[in-house]
Amino acid sequence: MAVVSHTPAARQRVERLDRIWRERPGLVGWLTTTDHKRIGLMYLFASLAFFAAGGVEALLVRTQLAAPQQGVLSPAAYNQVFTVHGVTMIFLFVIPISTGAFGNYLLPLMIGARDMAFPRLNALSFWIYAASGIFIYTGLALGHGPDAGWFDYVPLASRQFSPDSGIDFYALGLIFTGISSTAAAVNFVVTIFKLRAPGMSLNRMPLFCYAFLAVSFALIFALPALTLALVLLELDRRLGFHFFDVAQGGDPLLWQHLFWIFGHPEVYIIILPAFGIATSIIPTFTHRRMVAFPLVALAEILVVFIGFGVWVHHMFAVGLPTAITIAFAAASLVIVIPSAIQLFAWITTIVAGTPDFKTPLLWIVGFIVFFTIGGLTGIMFAAIPFDQQLTDSYFVVAHFHFVIFGAAVFPILGGLYYWFPKVSGRMYHERAGKISFWVTFAGTLATFFPMHILGLLGMPRRVYTYHHGLGWGGLNLLETLGSYLLAGGLLLVAANLAISLRRGPPAGDDPWGGDTLEWATTSPPPPYNYAVIPKVTSAYAMWDREDRVEDARRLERGELVLEQGHETPASTVLDAEWDEVLRMPPSSWAPLALAAAVSGIFAMLLLGHVLTATAFVALAAVVLLRWHSVEPQDT
Amino acid sequence: MRIGAASAFALAIALAGCGAGQSTLDPQSRPAREIADLWWWMLAAAAFVLIGALVLLFIGWRRRDRPGLPVVGNLGERGFNGLVVLFGMIVPLLALVVVFVAANFSVASVTEAPAPGSTAMTIVITGNQWFWDIHYPGSGAVTANEIHIPVGTRVDAVLRSADVIHSFWVPQLNRKADMVPGHPNRILLYADHPGVYRGQCAEFCGLQHANMATTVIAQPPAQFRAWLANAARPRIAPTGAQQQRGEQVFLSERCASCHTIRGTSARGTIGPDLTHLASRSTLAALTIPNTRHELERWIADPQKIKPGAKMPSVDLSTSERDAVVAYLETLR
Repeated sequence: MAVVSHTPAARQRVERLDRIWRERPGLVGWLTTTDHKRIGLMYLFASLAFFAAGGVEALLVRTQLAAPQQGVLSPAAYNQVFTVHGVTMIFLFVIPISTGAFGNYLLPLMIGARDMAFPRLNALSFWIYAASGIFIYTGLALGHGPDAGWFDYVPLASRQFSPDSGIDFYALGLIFTGISSTAAAVNFVVTIFKLRAPGMSLNRMPLFCYAFLAVSFALIFALPALTLALVLLELDRRLGFHFFDVAQGGDPLLWQHLFWIFGHPEVYIIILPAFGIATSIIPTFTHRRMVAFPLVALAEILVVFIGFGVWVHHMFAVGLPTAITIAFAAASLVIVIPSAIQLFAWITTIVAGTPDFKTPLLWIVGFIVFFTIGGLTGIMFAAIPFDQQLTDSYFVVAHFHFVIFGAAVFPILGGLYYWFPKVSGRMYHERAGKISFWVTFAGTLATFFPMHILGLLGMPRRVYTYHHGLGWGGLNLLETLGSYLLAGGLLLVAANLAISLRRGPPAGDDPWGGDTLEWATTSPPPPYNYAVIPKVTSAYAMWDREDRVEDARRLERGELVLEQGHETPASTVLDAEWDEVLRMPPSSWAPLALAAAVSGIFAMLLLGHVLTATAFVALAAVVLLRWHSVEPQDT
Repeated sequence: MRIGAASAFALAIALAGCGAGQSTLDPQSRPAREIADLWWWMLAAAAFVLIGALVLLFIGWRRRDRPGLPVVGNLGERGFNGLVVLFGMIVPLLALVVVFVAANFSVASVTEAPAPGSTAMTIVITGNQWFWDIHYPGSGAVTANEIHIPVGTRVDAVLRSADVIHSFWVPQLNRKADMVPGHPNRILLYADHPGVYRGQCAEFCGLQHANMATTVIAQPPAQFRAWLANAARPRIAPTGAQQQRGEQVFLSERCASCHTIRGTSARGTIGPDLTHLASRSTLAALTIPNTRHELERWIADPQKIKPGAKMPSVDLSTSERDAVVAYLETLR
């Protein structure tokens, strides 16, 4: 329902908002923008580009493995390709598209804010992310891609066994990306706690926002472990330290602990935004509220907490003392409970509601099926002897692709369809959407399901080839054909959305009868999101028709319009009572300039020019001074 | 105890070729069998849950125009909360406790490393990029890649690494265990029946991770003792002229700087011990069969067969190479 105003006073207010929030035109507008929606779109297209690159890498891997003893890729190329595939999909695709694109675009809309809490920091997050992605890919393009796996175990990744610069591209590149993720996470936490619309107390906050709150906390606490590990690795590699060197009293297991202290919460960082998307799509298309809302909200938060206590289950074959492995196996079973709660709540909501199986809901059904499969095989890995038998085999590859591709990416694709009308103002093609789902669903099953069996038949992970006579050829061929089908399904999604972007019929503000606030504004939303700051009385704000009608009346009265400046309201953390008015910064070159300076630092560190790197640090400091010296101005 | 044998899944496994030599589903010892049984039980439970979820989704589709649950109707908020607590918390928790106890106490006690001194025999297996060194302490026997053990005998395998992390995995006999520098691991090797059980490095270890395989050859005790006695002795000096020339070439060229042939001055430790190379059936950690032709190809250009392997192409004339091959073939 649009806030279409008919009174001259209201129209005047909207015109004033249009003027105050107007973006700079053309390319300059995009390069200097602080608008969360524009930043979200840039995140979307950049992460989709990396998704395409990671997908091509996956297809190369599958083509090489289609039959025994093939030579599509050399062993050296294969190792770089599978390593960069993992790094890309995790760090440059799933996290940026879920937090960067979906979170950025939707979160302020869902809580009724006009932007993120720190708009320039938001822009900086994006530019740093884009630069770090290019940084990592520069290594691959030069033939020096990282080649020790995304987990990068030492001593293989040490200077002695990997003298090439590939590992340095990896280590510096991930420290680099970490800056972006940390900044984004801090921004989300503050935005969620402080910028919610008046009345949106925490218990009235959409589950989508709970998921992003949990993810943001997970990022803030998990990333330091990774950054520390990477810094220690670079100290070992570049300056001859011995953190991981057994001969000098170091320990390679230190790397594994630090990596997985980050790496397991990372799994929930990947999957939780998908949960958030699922809890947005399900109520809309089943026409009912989520079953057990408080339990689901609690589960989303709880999973992150427990997620920090299970990392050793990645190390059951290492030979740690039994008491330790048993304790971590128990924790790994406990973490099943929050997921079981959510899974059962989603399914029950679908059964109890009147589901309309349109394309977005189909992706969520696919997600539920794949998450069930991936979750069940995940439980098996908490059975220590089974883990020790099947870890590092293709069974694990099957397991985590069901979780990461089936359960994390399917909702992302469903979300693309779901919010496409909001973002573009147009409808996608429903029939083509359904076909794209079924093709992708079949492709996913054909690609990843046989991997369970290959693992059971003894095929290890990360092998560039395998021998005849082991009985692995047929299933591998099936997987490879499945991966082509899967790629075809994804291309159908892309084609549907690309064509609909130009030719789709107008969508209107609320084509689905959605439950959350973003459907209250126009499609696409104006730069200021809402002409009047909405007031909220439940977690399904858009279904409270009275409230939305009242919003329109308040616009006419000029109440909560904030048309005097570039402003958004802040509210109290728990109850979301009116707190203060925040002046939001206008567009700025500073984030892009700072990202460029930071890129210079990392490029020079890679090349070993420490002095030049220091010069870039100074440059970054100058940019920061400038950033902070310009106060937000009202226009 | 193949509970899922009727399912299409098990059929697919059967079609894919069970017993190809490296399958966890064709266990040949008690530890591997217990793990396989654990798998079939967990598969049955998992299939039950998955089918339950699919049935519920199907019901959701069938009743898409009717609100409320089948039978109970619309429960109200408290009722739904109770349902989620029951099926999302209590029931899974009970199932998980069963898995936990069965797997981590019952099965784990069978698969865990043998208590020190509880076995009849100890061997030391060292992972290298990209082959396995096998020592038989007490006997002086050394071999590579092909591990001989007596059948029906508990063998304590000590697992070490000479460089990066490897993982020793012979799925038909037991779980895997990592070979971490500075952290020696141990694992029980036991085979019910005489046979050849294939294994493969399971931790990514660099360029030739894919070609780092091994076999465990379980032999009747008498046969094993004979093999061990042979493996422990130095090489028998070659008698033929070509073979003698081969040994000279071997010792004078770079071969000896990386390989050991006991009984000669060759004492290198970079590559595998070749004292009884001809008694092995494969080369380069099971990359190629140990035939005269393959051995020639290997010596001529190892990088073509196993790119990245530590062995360089040694510049030998054809007659020198023939002599070396003839000599190596005497090393039984």
